[in-house]
Amino acid sequence: MSDRNTPLSRRELLRMIGLTAGGAAMYQAMTALGFAKESKRKGPIDLSGVPRGASVLILGAGMAGMTAAYELRNAGYSVQVLEYNARPGGRNWTLRGGDTYTELGGATQTCRFDEGLYVNPGPWRLPHHHEHVLHYCRELGVRVEPFIEANQNVYVHSTTAFDGKPVRLREYNSDFNGTVAELLAKSVKQNGLDAPLSSEDGEILLEALQLWGALDKNHRYVESNDTSDRRGYKRAPGGGLSARPEYSKPLAPKDVIGSRLWQYPWLSSVYEFQETLFQPVGGMGRIGEAFGRELGKLIRYNARVTRIEQDERGVTVHYEDTGKSGATQHARADWCLCTIPLSILSQIPMNVGAAMAHAIAAVPYASATKVGLQFKRRFWEEDERIYGGITMTDLPIQQIGYPSYGFFDRGKGVLLGAYAWGADSFHFNAMSPEERVAAAVKYGAQIHPQYNEEFDNGIAVAWHRSPFTMGCFGIWSDAAREKHYDNLCAIDGRIALAGEHASYLPAWQEGAITSALDAVRRLHERAVGGAHA
Amino acid sequence: MRTALTILAIALSGDIAARDAAQTAAKPTGEAIYRHVCQGCHMPDGEGAKGAGTYPALAGNAKLASAHFTASTVYHGRHNMPHFGPQPELGEFEAYVTMHLDDEEIASVVNYVRSHFGNHYTDELTAKDVAALHADASPERK
Repeated sequence: MSDRNTPLSRRELLRMIGLTAGGAAMYQAMTALGFAKESKRKGPIDLSGVPRGASVLILGAGMAGMTAAYELRNAGYSVQVLEYNARPGGRNWTLRGGDTYTELGGATQTCRFDEGLYVNPGPWRLPHHHEHVLHYCRELGVRVEPFIEANQNVYVHSTTAFDGKPVRLREYNSDFNGTVAELLAKSVKQNGLDAPLSSEDGEILLEALQLWGALDKNHRYVESNDTSDRRGYKRAPGGGLSARPEYSKPLAPKDVIGSRLWQYPWLSSVYEFQETLFQPVGGMGRIGEAFGRELGKLIRYNARVTRIEQDERGVTVHYEDTGKSGATQHARADWCLCTIPLSILSQIPMNVGAAMAHAIAAVPYASATKVGLQFKRRFWEEDERIYGGITMTDLPIQQIGYPSYGFFDRGKGVLLGAYAWGADSFHFNAMSPEERVAAAVKYGAQIHPQYNEEFDNGIAVAWHRSPFTMGCFGIWSDAAREKHYDNLCAIDGRIALAGEHASYLPAWQEGAITSALDAVRRLHERAVGGAHA
Repeated sequence: MRTALTILAIALSGDIAARDAAQTAAKPTGEAIYRHVCQGCHMPDGEGAKGAGTYPALAGNAKLASAHFTASTVYHGRHNMPHFGPQPELGEFEAYVTMHLDDEEIASVVNYVRSHFGNHYTDELTAKDVAALHADASPERK
């Protein structure tokens, strides 16, 4: 069959498939970087037979460091943790009213959110299959509630499509599926698919396409009750004399494809973003706070590590008190578990072998920015019926996250007004905090005009300005992972590394926790195996 | 040529409609690149910053004596400094986590930092000079 006499040309079909493959290619890229790996918990860690008096010095009181400290202390090790910040958690962190944050460059922000409202500058969601982090929530009594990721009532938005107006995800999703289903059905009917399908299989596929795409009996995606029941009605059905629904009109197929908004709906199908997701009640920082309470005085805060030195019998760590004294102090233990981000560790003198040293220097850090915005009322709920979920846009703010808590509350509400990566984020890094907040308000108002009336205050965290990470998370290319990952994770003498950077789950707390458990298990084997002094 | 930088520089100036026009817009100056990207870490006066680690100051930094070293650092990255040259092996993920400057942009911004913040180097790089650096990768990132 030639292209010429086919309504849907072969070229068009290939273009369609090529277009949809964009998402698949992205998914493969993300998978290659470890975003979709399993994380199975095999029960409690076995650290029996701790040598008498054995000690471990842990650097960093984030998820990795505190998991290690908790398990090692419980097993009977003598444990001390050094932490740069004045609080536990690291990137597990929630900003609430009254909190202050001073970024690199010296700008200090005070969060002015109302009681009970917050933003999580770092991680904000817990996939149901991240069993280890959920295990510690249970163990530490951290209550969780659903995090709403997938919401058909949010928007997808392109500044260059549909006159720059946002489109409800529900409408776009339905129209994209319907458009593709109709095109495929045409191909099947004209035997144009060039696929090994019997005519019977073809009939079955047509049935499937009709159901999937809400096509009519002629396999057309048209304005109808069936399509409105997917994409929403112009006037929804009701009761009594005003009961009769009015159907909505699908978007033009050309715009559905050409708008490139298809790059967004598939995101909630990614393994890490599939329902069910959770969040701690009161903010992600509840986990770090609970670990911090549990570990109490084992954590030494305001400690800036300046040198890590091992010898045959142990490890000595030099650190400065970042508080008043500024004095240099030392801590020593048989073993050291270092969870300092590689962005910082690459600058700290440490006598390890070339393999680990090269691995530490091989991982650049991604840039990300989040902006929390408080509004005088929850207009996204009151005016737009958006309850949780994430609007996606090609504006520099990239995402608007709606809170999965406090529904119907009469008071103020807090949105995640920007969650930007890559180039957009670099630009946010270069702004002052006030400029970041103002930019998030200005851009967001293109999607929600209510911003102009309702904006109250905001707070911005650009991760490259974070004094304790100097970046968001470690970017592993396949080639770097191939060459350096095992060397990064292998114990060097008496020093082991852990953190999200030492995992196949970059940026996820689950990666940090599982890397810590893995390192602790191997350190324990060495300690028991006679390497102990 | 359309780059993420020019698009963003214009987007941040407040005129979203101009984002497409960026395709044909003039190249951003070295100063514009510094203000929109580099000062995020090296700070507005090139003074750098110190937290748990440091961002090196560009003001009075003797390493800037070598234009080659400076451009190579921007292109390939070094320690916690991200690379601004392409790293295609990251695939589509790349645009998500990093950003690119082309050779001409790297030359402009290197020339800018080497002639500001108390630096007075007069030798100037061209895009061609930066292109010549592509092959000699940073030893750390190989």
